[in-house]
Amino acid sequence: MTGANTRVLIVDDEEIVRESLGGWLEKDGYQVTSAPDGRTAVERMKSERWNVMLVDLKMPGMDGLQVLEEARKLQPDAAVILMTAYATVDTAVQAMKLGAFDYLVKPFDPEELSILMQKVVAQQSLLRENAVLRKALKKEHRFRDLVSKSPAMQRVFELAQVAARSNSTILVLGESGSGKEVLARTIHAESTRAEGPFVAVSCAALTESLLESELFGHEKGAFTGAVSRRKGKFEAAHGGTLFLDEVGDITAKLQLDLLRVLEERKIQRVGGNEPIDVDVRVIAATNRDLKKAVADGSFREDLFYRLNVIPVTLPPLRERKEDIPILVDHFLDRLEAELKRRVQVSPEAMAALLAHDWPGNVRELRNVLERGAVVAQGDVIKSADLGLAPAPAKAASANPPGEPPTLEDVERRHISEVLAHTAGNVSQAARLLGIDRVTLYNKIKKFGLRRDGEEPEPAHG
Amino acid sequence: MEVIHLWWIGEQESKEKHLGHVRGHLERAFRLPVSLWAGAERPAEAFDARRKQWSSSRILEWLSRAGPDGKVLGVTDVDLFIPILTFVFGEAQLGGRAAVVSTARLWEPGLPDDRVVLERLAKESVHELGHVFGLLHCDNAGCVMGRSSSVRDVDKKRGELCSSCRGRVARGGGEST
Repeated sequence: MTGANTRVLIVDDEEIVRESLGGWLEKDGYQVTSAPDGRTAVERMKSERWNVMLVDLKMPGMDGLQVLEEARKLQPDAAVILMTAYATVDTAVQAMKLGAFDYLVKPFDPEELSILMQKVVAQQSLLRENAVLRKALKKEHRFRDLVSKSPAMQRVFELAQVAARSNSTILVLGESGSGKEVLARTIHAESTRAEGPFVAVSCAALTESLLESELFGHEKGAFTGAVSRRKGKFEAAHGGTLFLDEVGDITAKLQLDLLRVLEERKIQRVGGNEPIDVDVRVIAATNRDLKKAVADGSFREDLFYRLNVIPVTLPPLRERKEDIPILVDHFLDRLEAELKRRVQVSPEAMAALLAHDWPGNVRELRNVLERGAVVAQGDVIKSADLGLAPAPAKAASANPPGEPPTLEDVERRHISEVLAHTAGNVSQAARLLGIDRVTLYNKIKKFGLRRDGEEPEPAHG
Repeated sequence: MEVIHLWWIGEQESKEKHLGHVRGHLERAFRLPVSLWAGAERPAEAFDARRKQWSSSRILEWLSRAGPDGKVLGVTDVDLFIPILTFVFGEAQLGGRAAVVSTARLWEPGLPDDRVVLERLAKESVHELGHVFGLLHCDNAGCVMGRSSSVRDVDKKRGELCSSCRGRVARGGGEST
C-alpha cells in the first residue's frame, strides 16, 4: 500500500533524520512536510492538517511529548508516532497514555517502519470512512431541525413530509416541549409556501379580546386603545403558514371565529365590515386531549374536525429515549457554533441523561445541556453540571407497599421534584410542567410546598 | 542517446557474472544501452565508523561527483544504511542521476548457490534506477517498483516494471502512483 493522499509531518531537530525519513516516505508517495522543532510544528498545525506525525522525543525547547499533547488538541484525528534514540519504558508508557499511535526506536528496522505506516494508512482510511458514515447517518436521522431514529418519530417525519406537500390543516399533538413548533416550522420549510411567511401565535398567552385582535387585526377605534388600524396574524401569514399553538385553550367565541375563517378563508378585522381574503395554511397544536374536550363540551366538535384533517402526534421524550444520544450530539453541534468550542458529555452524565424522565421533553433536554455547557469546567459536561434532580427514590414513597399512591400524591411529588430541578424558579417549573404560573402558584399553596420544592415535614399525630 | 553506467564500487573483486546479469535486466527494463564503468576509486568517505556501515546517501553524493556523465548505478558488497533505518538494500536520487545497491543484505546463510542473490540484485538494481527515472513505489502486484523491506518482499516481486511504470519511464517522468 502506498501513501498517496496521506500527509505526513516529520518533526526532528536533526536535518539528516528529516531528510532520510522524508526521502524514504516520499518514495512511497506520501506528501511529506518537515519541521525542525516543536514550536514550528505546533504553529503550522494551526493552519495545516496532517494524517500522520512522526515526532522526535528529545528536542531542544519543546519536546516530543509536548508536541504530542498539542497535536492531540489541535488535530485529534492525526496519528502521532514518537521517535527516540533511547528507549525507556517510562517514556513509552507516557507517550501511549498521552495518545500516541506508536513508538519507534531509532534507527528503525525497514520492515517495522513499513508495516507501521501501512497500519497508520489503514487506520486513517477507517477514520475517514467512519466520518463519512456518521455524516450519512446523521442525515438519515434528520428531517431538517428534527433529529430522531426512533420508529415512532420516523413515522412522524414521513407523515410530515407528505403533509408538507398538501395544503391541508395539520393538528400537531404532543406534550409541552416535545417539538410542536419545530415540527410546524419544518413542515412550512418543506412546503410550497416556504418562501412565504411563518407566523406563530400562542393562544394561551392572551385574553379573548386581545387574541381576537391579535389574530384578525382591528380597525382604528374598534375598542379603547385601538388608536390605529392594525393587521392581524392571519393577514401577516398571507401566502405562508400560521402556527396556532395551544389551540385547545381558546374560548367558545374564538372557536367559532376560527371555524369561520377555516371554512370561508376570509377574515374580518375587529371593528371592520369588509371580509378580507387570506391564503393561509393553518398548523394548530395543543398538549390537551381535544377529543376529551369535545366530549365534555369545552371544544367545538366541528372545529375539531376542521383542525384534525392531518393529525400528527409527537411522542414524549421518555418514550423515545434511544434518541437522547443523537439529540445530545445535535444540541452540542449547535452549542459549538454558539460557544465556538466543542463540549462533550461524560459517560456518567450521559447515563444521568438517559435515566431522567424528561417531563419537559426535548426543550428541557436542550436547556439542561445549555446549562451544563455554561457550568462545566473545561470541555466535558459532568453529571453534576446538569443540575438534574436525583432520580426519586422509590423507597421514599409515603405509601405502604402494595397501596398505589393517589393522583394527588403523584402530582404533589412531581411538582416538588420539578421545583427542586429548577431550584425554585416557578416560571421555569411552570413551563416544564406545561401549566401557567398562576396554576402552579395555586398548586404550591394547595400542597403546602416550599418554592425550592422541599416538601414540608409531615405532621405527626 | 542517454547511457546508464554500471560501476562496481565494492570492497571485494568485481564479479563479472553479477554485473552482466544486472546489465541485461537494466537494458530490458529501460531500453537504453548500459555500459560497464571500470573506475578504480571507492567512496571511502561514506564509511561510518560508529555504525560500522556505509552511508548510502553519502555514496550517492560521491557517485554524482566522481561518476561519468549520464545515469550511474553503483553496485557494492558493503552494508548500507540511511540514518533513520538499520539498513537499506539500496538508495537512489529520486529523479536525479545516481543510485546504489548492495548485495550485503541480499545474501543469507544456507542459500545453495548465488543464483537467488543474483536475481535479488537484478530486481533491486532495476528498482533503484526506477527511482532515478522518477518512479515512486507501485502497488501493482509483482511490479519491481513495489516497496521491499525484506528479502521476502524482494523474492515476491518479478524483475520487471509493470506496464504503467514502463509508460511513465517512456513519458520521461514519474508522477505519483
